[in-house]
Amino acid sequence: MKVLIPGISTPIARLFAARLAARGDQVIGIDRRGWPDAPPGIEVHAVDVRKRAAEDVFRKSRPDVVVHMATVSHFAAPTEERYRINLGGTQAVFEHCATYGVGHVVFVGRHTFYGAGPESPLYHVEDEPPLALASFPELADLVAADLHATQALWRAPSMVTTVLRFCYTLGSTGHGTLAGFLRGKRVPTVLGFDPLFQFLHEEDFVSALELAVDKRPRGVFNVAGPPPVPLSMVIHETGRTRIPLPSTMFGGMLGRFGLPRLARGAVSHLQFPVVVDASAFRAATGFQHRIDEVTAMQAFRAAFPVR
Amino acid sequence: MTPFRIRSPDVTLFVDPALERRVDRLELPWSSLGIDPYGVEKHAVARMMTALQLFYRRYFRVKVTGIDNVPTHGRAMLIGNHSGGVAIDAAMVIGACFFEMEPPRLAQGMVEKFIEHVPVASIMAARCGQVPGLPEHAVRLLRDERLLMVFPEGARGTAKLFHERDSLVDFGTGFMRLAMQTKTPIIPFGVVGAGEALPTVYNAYALGKIFGVPYVPFTPWLLPIPVPAKMGIHFGEPIVCEGTGREDDEQVRSKVDEVKERIASLIAWGRSRT
Repeated sequence: MKVLIPGISTPIARLFAARLAARGDQVIGIDRRGWPDAPPGIEVHAVDVRKRAAEDVFRKSRPDVVVHMATVSHFAAPTEERYRINLGGTQAVFEHCATYGVGHVVFVGRHTFYGAGPESPLYHVEDEPPLALASFPELADLVAADLHATQALWRAPSMVTTVLRFCYTLGSTGHGTLAGFLRGKRVPTVLGFDPLFQFLHEEDFVSALELAVDKRPRGVFNVAGPPPVPLSMVIHETGRTRIPLPSTMFGGMLGRFGLPRLARGAVSHLQFPVVVDASAFRAATGFQHRIDEVTAMQAFRAAFPVR
Repeated sequence: MTPFRIRSPDVTLFVDPALERRVDRLELPWSSLGIDPYGVEKHAVARMMTALQLFYRRYFRVKVTGIDNVPTHGRAMLIGNHSGGVAIDAAMVIGACFFEMEPPRLAQGMVEKFIEHVPVASIMAARCGQVPGLPEHAVRLLRDERLLMVFPEGARGTAKLFHERDSLVDFGTGFMRLAMQTKTPIIPFGVVGAGEALPTVYNAYALGKIFGVPYVPFTPWLLPIPVPAKMGIHFGEPIVCEGTGREDDEQVRSKVDEVKERIASLIAWGRSRT
């Protein structure tokens, strides 16, 4: 199978690419950051997914499957840049898929699509709208990209579209929103709140993607693994120190005193849980996580010890 | 009771080892960290039950009848009355299911949504299995064969004044539709004594708005601090309601009234024994 991966340079996308290459798939990647020491069998094009050169890759390689991983979170880029990458990039990828007859496209989205709010149900299912977006406007570009990908289900019915809303990942690469939040010695929380956090080990993330490629489920699917864990326990088990801050002081303290920099809207995600029901994905693909939540936290702790 | 200390990421508190063993017997799918998929935490339940035991056995000296009507396994809805300013009655029903049943069960209440906004209270509720009153939560808990506790009077029930303590205000129909939809037996119960424990003489709704709660109850001694009044909880026989939950309001209302009458008679029966 010929698989094209826009956004191949992130640590987790590299793991996925290596997994596919190891089992004999032909892997082609697009990422403007490149991948200089890419293993043999993985062809990487250091181009921007929104530029003409990326379209050439689609035209020349004619992939069977495209796994779109070229999105960034608010940690990685300022607002305008995020809109260009997340929404502009997603639009370009889906246009190229439709133009060059790609049979199956997988959009790798996030469970934060649903937002966090005091009146949200604990477990979100796929047909829910992003009701709590107002509390975290910095997620609007990712939500828009997700909705654009979802529209492909009826915009391009001849193509199989799989939209995956992954929970956070945690493991030894330290890549991802949750890992970034936990990277420092001190981790801020909102005083008096302790939401549940749901995360998947990176190896299981890769396995879920692999199953999505193989089973080709059409539709929108939440993807999660072990049961959720309270944030206080995640901080404790990863060897960090919890710094509870009153919600009124929260915005002013971030990025100072060794605390991570967060978007202002992120406070809602530290007060209320975002947990997803992933039973539809399990039913469609047979996915079962292999690595439990304790092992995932230990892997992160071992890779990023606090000094 | 020989207390010992346990550590959790947050607090070190006394826990009764006998109660911790009872928590082990709860039929909940604990993870290796002692958390269930709804965020209930084993140690938090043990801590809560250690504190609750003192109030249940010594302070309110709760007497329970009909506990055999509560199924020991599988889904069920406990439906009963509120009184007494704050939800002391809910805590005692949780205590009855945990202390009196073999094996113990954790009654999971549908708490008022404002709790989610209240720092610390939202954590305590979640860790002890009390979830915001959303239909999605109720359906999911029942499908997971949990024991759901619902007070259809809601905050209007706890807002009853002392002289109204044994009366019932309007019941919503949501619980009945849910029971029909999920084929869940309803276990009616009547609580007496909560109104005496915390006799409300006035509810300050404006003050409640400031604190983000529906109201603040005032007692003859002003503060909403309960006195050690005896309480009784009386469980009735299960009621099974046929249907899909999509019936007309009139049909559902008649079934709701039936449950309400059963609760009223349980309260009257309980009152006659005190």
